[in-house]
Amino acid sequence: MSDQIYFEDVRPGAELPTLRKDPTTQQLVMYAGASGDFYQIHYDQGFAQANGLPDVILHGALKNAFLGQLVTDWIGEMGTLKRLTVQYRGMDVPGAPVFCKGIVKKAAVQDGQGVVECDVWLENSEGRKTTPGSAVVSLPLRSR
Amino acid sequence: MADSIITPEMRGAIGVESVPVTQEIEKGAIIRFAQAIGDPNPLFTDEAAARRSRYGGIIAPPTFLRSIIAGPPTVEFDIPYSANLDGGSEWEYFEPVRPGDRITHTVRITDVFERQGRLGNMLFVIREGRYVNQFGTLAALERNTGINYEPQDAG
Repeated sequence: MSDQIYFEDVRPGAELPTLRKDPTTQQLVMYAGASGDFYQIHYDQGFAQANGLPDVILHGALKNAFLGQLVTDWIGEMGTLKRLTVQYRGMDVPGAPVFCKGIVKKAAVQDGQGVVECDVWLENSEGRKTTPGSAVVSLPLRSR
Repeated sequence: MADSIITPEMRGAIGVESVPVTQEIEKGAIIRFAQAIGDPNPLFTDEAAARRSRYGGIIAPPTFLRSIIAGPPTVEFDIPYSANLDGGSEWEYFEPVRPGDRITHTVRITDVFERQGRLGNMLFVIREGRYVNQFGTLAALERNTGINYEPQDAG
């Protein structure tokens, strides 16, 4: 497991390490199988276009999973994800990289836990935030 | 302004729970889900490494619970649109999900409303999904926004 981050290491304005993902049509098929979401807009181009979409698009829930990975990578084994919110404002298509990013908004000890609130989002290579969200985590305290 | 497409049947479905579905969580399903999302975290994929963690074994990644498909609604209603999109989710986590857990999933609609947008008139359906483990502990909640719309002619 990677190096553990502690509550004391974190202050508002700190950035989470960026996670780059390179979704492919193959990944969309794997995700369809693993999640049981077989809606054709995610793997049938003709069907997607007949539904007014530019191409097959990433499952929103796959982008949610990418942002989950951003946060669980950052908080490490000793951190706990308490809340994760995502909004699918823009579509993303396979074959183009997406970048998962985050910034710490608040950090406070509550009931003996190091609680940290972050904005998280997924942006495309043009820097457009297609998937804004937020996360609340607890991090271990060094002093314990 | 166009007439509302929200029917008394839709309003009547608010607050009514779906037929519960109970699913046993398989370790292989967790690992395949982690592989599908491209997440190599050993907590989700490597039993030996995960055993040395504070969890004592593999746990499911945060959005794994999406793979439990909800049962049918107990109150049916028609949506006059043929296409839908996922608008987003808000998850709250209370308890890790582990292989061997038996998770009971129910969904209830908490709100229905409509809005105009780039896809024309859109029907928003807010659903709250509950995931309760075999000990009766609420493991997670997911509030999801579903968006229903009618595709417009490209020509």
